[in-house]
Amino acid sequence: MEEIRNYTMNFGPQHPAAHGVLRLVLEMDGETIVRADPHVGLLHRGTEKLAESKPFNQSIGYMDRLDYVSMMCNEHAYVRAIEGLLGIEAPVRAQYIRTMFDEITRILNHLMWVGSNALDLGAMAVFLYAFREREELMDVYEAVSGARMHATYYRPGGVYRDLPEQMSKYRESPWHKGGDLKRLNAWREGSMLDYLTEFTNDFPKRVDEYELLLTNNRIWKQRTVGIGVVDPEKAQAWGMTGAMLRGSGIAWDLRKKQPYAAYDKMDFDIPVGVNGDCYDRYLVRVEEMRQANRIIRQCVDWLKANPGAVMVQNYKVAPPSRVEMKNDMEALIHHFKLFTEGYGVPAGETYAAVEAPKGEFGCYLVSDGANKPFRVHLRAPGFAHLSSMDAFVRGHMLADVVAMIGTYDLVFGEVDR
Amino acid sequence: MSVNNETSLVERLAARFGDMLTVKVERNEVTAEVAPRDLIAVATALRDEAGFRFTVYIDTCGVDYLSYGQTEWDTDTAHGESFSRGVEGEAIGRFTWADRPRNVEQPRRFTAVIHLLSIELNQRIRVRVFCEDDAFPVVPSVTSIWPGADWFEREAFDLYGIIFEGHPDLRRILTDYGFVGHPFRKDFPLIGNVEVRYDPEQKRVVYEPVSIEPRVLVPRTIRNDADLDQARAEAADRWREN
Repeated sequence: MEEIRNYTMNFGPQHPAAHGVLRLVLEMDGETIVRADPHVGLLHRGTEKLAESKPFNQSIGYMDRLDYVSMMCNEHAYVRAIEGLLGIEAPVRAQYIRTMFDEITRILNHLMWVGSNALDLGAMAVFLYAFREREELMDVYEAVSGARMHATYYRPGGVYRDLPEQMSKYRESPWHKGGDLKRLNAWREGSMLDYLTEFTNDFPKRVDEYELLLTNNRIWKQRTVGIGVVDPEKAQAWGMTGAMLRGSGIAWDLRKKQPYAAYDKMDFDIPVGVNGDCYDRYLVRVEEMRQANRIIRQCVDWLKANPGAVMVQNYKVAPPSRVEMKNDMEALIHHFKLFTEGYGVPAGETYAAVEAPKGEFGCYLVSDGANKPFRVHLRAPGFAHLSSMDAFVRGHMLADVVAMIGTYDLVFGEVDR
Repeated sequence: MSVNNETSLVERLAARFGDMLTVKVERNEVTAEVAPRDLIAVATALRDEAGFRFTVYIDTCGVDYLSYGQTEWDTDTAHGESFSRGVEGEAIGRFTWADRPRNVEQPRRFTAVIHLLSIELNQRIRVRVFCEDDAFPVVPSVTSIWPGADWFEREAFDLYGIIFEGHPDLRRILTDYGFVGHPFRKDFPLIGNVEVRYDPEQKRVVYEPVSIEPRVLVPRTIRNDADLDQARAEAADRWREN
C-alpha cells in the first residue's frame, strides 16, 4: 500500500478570503485540517513604538489605521486612556457625540463584515447592499472630520469640533444629474443630525434586506451552522470578547457592564447567541446593527436638543479658539506651547477599554510625566481571536477555515499593529 | 456572591496572598506586583478561586523601563544654548544602532504586564512581573492557565526579548522572518537597522544598512511646573473675567 502523508498548504498572504495579509500554513489530511499555523505581522508598522516618539495628540491618527474599518472606536480607547491619566473628562455633548460615532462605526464595521463574510462564503449580492449603506455613513464621517475613513476626530478632552450645521451635498456632474441628483440629496437639505435621523428611520428596513438574503438562506446555513463552535469557558480562556463571546451565550458588553461615554443613558439590548457557532455570531452581529441604530437615534435626538461645548476649556490640553488668540496673549502662548511641545501627562499607568465592534479594544498607557507616552500598548481583539485559530479549526474542512476567518472579523491593521 | 460584595478586591488579595503580592490602587485600577517564582501559583488562584474568578485573559505586554523619566530639554533652569538641547538629545528615535545608549544603570528594566478580567464579578486586575536579570529576562509562562496567553507572550518575546519559561512555541510573531534584535527595547533605534529594496541587477530583494537619518521634531520634556494644577487653578479663579 502506498504511504499516505499529510501535506502542508500555504493559504495567503495574497488570498481574497484572507481579509488582508494573513498567511496561514495549513497541515492537511485530505481536506481536513490537522494543524493551522497563522503567520501574522506582515502589516506590522510598529505603531506602539512610533507613538512613543511623538507627543500624545500626534498619535491619534495612528489609531484610525489600526482597525481600519472601525476607526473612531480605536481613537476612543486611546483618548480615554490619556483622559484617565490627565484626570479630565470630556463635556457631556462630546460624550454623546462619541457614543453616536462609536455606534456609526459599529454599523460601518458590521456592514463590512457581513458583506465580505458573505462574499467569502459565496453570496455576492450582500456585499453590494452593505456598501450602499457604508457609503451613506462614510459621508457622515466626512462631514464631521473631512476624511471618509481616517477621521482623527476625537481628542483628549472632547472632540475636534462640533457637528456641522449643513450636511454636504452632491454637486451636479455628468454622472449625477436630474432625478439621480435629487435622490442623492434628498436627505441632505438640513444638518448632519437631520441626515442621520433619516438614516436611522431607513436603516432597519435595510437590515431586513440583508437578513432576507442570508438568515434563512439554505446555503448560508449549511456553511455556518455548527461550524467553529466555541464553548463559553474556552472563549474566556482564549481572551475572546465582543461577538465571539456573546455568540457563545455570555451577555458581556462593556457598554453595559463598565459603561463609558454616554452609554449608561442609552436604552439598548445585548444580543446573545446559544450555540456559539458561526451562524449565531452572524445573528448577534446583525442584531447589534439594529441596536446600534437605536443608540444613534437616541444620541441624535439628545444632540438636537442640547447644544453646548464639545471640548474642555483647559488650554493646557485643548487649543484656544482662533478669535481668542488674536486678542489674548495668554491664549497665543497656550496655542504655541500646545502645538510645539504638547502637554505633559502625569506619571502613572492606566488601561482604558472600549467595546469596539470586534471586541474589547484596550489601550494600556504608561507615562513618566513627559509630553510623549513612555509606553503605549494596544490590546486588539482580533489578535486574541486569531491566536485561537489552531484550536478551533482542527478537524474542520478547508472551506470552513474561510468561514472561521470570516467569523473572527479580522482586520490586520489591528492584529499586526 | 454575597461574600464578595462585603470586601474589596484589594482586601481579598491581601488576605489570600499576603506578602506575595504588592498591591496598589490608582484611579480604581488594581495593580498587583508579583515575583516571577510566585506567578504560576498566584495566576492559578486568580483564575479559580471564588472572589477572584479572573477567567478572561485580556492581555500581556512587555515594558522596558530603560530611560524612564529621562528628558532632553531641561525645563528647571534657563540656558544659553537654547534650541540645540532639543536637537542633540539622545532619547528614543534619535540614535542609530552604533550610537545606542549602552551600560545605562536601570535596575529591573524589563517587566511583563498581564491584564485580567472577571466576567462573573465584573472586576479587572493588572499583574506586573519584573524580570530579575536584565541581560536574560525570564518570566514563567501562563499559557497553561490561559491558552490565550500564547500569542501575547510571543509578542512580548519578539518585541522585548522576554523569555517565557514553559511556553510551548516561543517564536517571533510580528517581525519579519530572520529579524535580528528586539525592536521595542528602548535602546533599539526607531529607524531600525536595515532597509529593504528590490535590486534590478541581482533581480531580487536585498537588505541594506538603513540610510535615513534619525530625526525627531519635538524634544521629550517633563515639566514639573504642574501644568494641569495651574490650569485647574486658573479655571477655578476665573481670572479671565476679573
